[in-house]
Amino acid sequence: MELFANLALGFGVALSPYTLFLAVCGCFLGTIIGALPGLGPSNGVAILIPITFTLGLDATSALVLMTSVYYGAMYGGRISSILLNIPGDEPALMTTLDGYPMAKQGRAGDALVLSGVASFVGALLATIGLMLLAPTLARVAFLFGPAEYFALYLLAFCTLGGMASNNQAKAVIAACLGLGIAMIGVDSSSGLPRLTGGNLHLYDGIDFLVAIVGLFAIAELFFFIESHGKGSSIGVTLDKVRIPWKDIFSTKWTMLRASGVGFVAGILPGAGASLGSFLAYMSEKSIAGENGGFGTGVPKGVAAPEAGNNAAAGGALVPMLTLGVPGSGTTAVLLALLMTLNITPGPTLFTERPEVVWGLIASLLIANVVLLLMNVPMVKIFVRVLMVPAWILLPGVTMISFVGIYSLSGSYFDLLLMIGFGVLGYFLRKLDVPTVPVILGILLGGNMEDALRRAMTLSDGDPIYLFSSPIAIGLWVAAVLGFIAPMFLRNVLKKPPAVTD
Amino acid sequence: MASDRIFGLIILITAVAYVAAATQIQTNFFSGEFLPKLFPLLIGSVAALAALVLVFRPDPDPDWPASATWINMAVAVAVLAVYAVLLTPLGFIAPTIVAAAILSYQISGRFGPSALSGLGLALGLFVLFKYALGLGNIVAYRVTSPAKIWDALTILIPFVGK
Repeated sequence: MELFANLALGFGVALSPYTLFLAVCGCFLGTIIGALPGLGPSNGVAILIPITFTLGLDATSALVLMTSVYYGAMYGGRISSILLNIPGDEPALMTTLDGYPMAKQGRAGDALVLSGVASFVGALLATIGLMLLAPTLARVAFLFGPAEYFALYLLAFCTLGGMASNNQAKAVIAACLGLGIAMIGVDSSSGLPRLTGGNLHLYDGIDFLVAIVGLFAIAELFFFIESHGKGSSIGVTLDKVRIPWKDIFSTKWTMLRASGVGFVAGILPGAGASLGSFLAYMSEKSIAGENGGFGTGVPKGVAAPEAGNNAAAGGALVPMLTLGVPGSGTTAVLLALLMTLNITPGPTLFTERPEVVWGLIASLLIANVVLLLMNVPMVKIFVRVLMVPAWILLPGVTMISFVGIYSLSGSYFDLLLMIGFGVLGYFLRKLDVPTVPVILGILLGGNMEDALRRAMTLSDGDPIYLFSSPIAIGLWVAAVLGFIAPMFLRNVLKKPPAVTD
Repeated sequence: MASDRIFGLIILITAVAYVAAATQIQTNFFSGEFLPKLFPLLIGSVAALAALVLVFRPDPDPDWPASATWINMAVAVAVLAVYAVLLTPLGFIAPTIVAAAILSYQISGRFGPSALSGLGLALGLFVLFKYALGLGNIVAYRVTSPAKIWDALTILIPFVGK
């Protein structure tokens, strides 16, 4: 079996004592990052990339560390959702709907353990799905030429914009902002600067890490200054933590179904994890019917979105690894990590650097087990982290961001640019403009333009070439549908309102 | 309503300026006449269209903070900017104490705890970065002259700094 040979290769890379140690550190750190209110997975991974980079870890170790942080943060996110009713990021929103009421009934410990198990099931099934599906998709991806890639990037922006935003025009603006920023710098084919305004600092282009840290971490600081750090005190007490075997057993089918739904949603390029947890919750809600009690604090309402969320996170890795198109905000940040490590995701990654792909998959499996073992007995320690007051946390996060970016280049210019992105991020989020398309635009702009240019060179400037193959036409149709359909479905797919006290 | 219209107008102006700049992109024999301009032109035009949609069909206004909060945030931006340029001439610890303390004060509104958290963060993070993680270009402190500090600060003043 080729699969097992590949897995053995992966575990051979990922199971050395040193990488295991990194995985444990990453899981611990990630859970804390996820648990801290206002520091979601994308945030946490973004701040840590520059620091990991300067530490000089090799590609596999860095990858193991950061994927553990990523998975850890997904786990940790549920702690603040359940105990504080504050979702660490968009997908965790669905967990607050039943998790917080359950915690208020005095079952906080049960909810935390149950969501941990659900996360484990979702992530494990998704990783298995990733192992089965990714190599097949990588083979299909070899059929992709420049026209298909251009349509694929477009599809990612369209579905992301369609799903993640309430206003299509704002999503388009966000994507264009990112793509426009990506164009700045020296053009690779002519060697001449483009759109730099004569500023020498801009000749290298704008580093996506600067943009990511600015848009996520620095913008968060302004939000906390606006709210004066209110809403981060703990309202629910957590006493004894036991393992609620009965709840775990009674939600087993929910977890399995939610994992399936989440995984499929995660695979869609651009749509990502929010859609996964949303669909998982909504489908379980309709299966349970009126008497299911969803929204009042039932175990199924906690298990479904958590399993869906984590399965979608695994599913989102499929397009990210095989096609280089991330399916969510956090996978976009992981793509940034791969690019920093000089690894280009895409079909060739599976044939040329199998040790990276399978090492990553093996480390996902390891991280998953470590997280489950760590989370059930140590949940009380992570809950303590929530007590860190915002007035220590936010200045700390800001200073870490500064040091991270400063250690990349040692230039004040990148720091000023980062502050600029922070201000931009504040206004964008205030105006309900999604920031993930901006990040995706900066990350993918160069590749998308490359695809378009190669298509135009091949066809001698004939735009019809972009629609010349069945795959390309299919992707264009999907892109248009993914962009337009949410406008009409918005009333049907209305998000349930968050629980208020 | 108004915020989205203003935002749409800003984006529209930016997009038009971007398109104008894109038509001026230099090209040479290797890149061909048109290809380096094509994608920037497309992006600019699409953004301009979306901005027009926003101007004519704006969403309701968000809750903007009160004017006192705006001043607070402007102060925070200024503090961060000064921190960014002073990090090189003064080293890590002194600017971090001041910047972290001010930011902390802006969130908590209490003087004592903020000063302590500034001090604690500066020292704690320095030890973490320098000794635990071994980041090379973090320096504890540098002795510098007022002229050098002034040079650093002029970066922030348009048309004076270089």
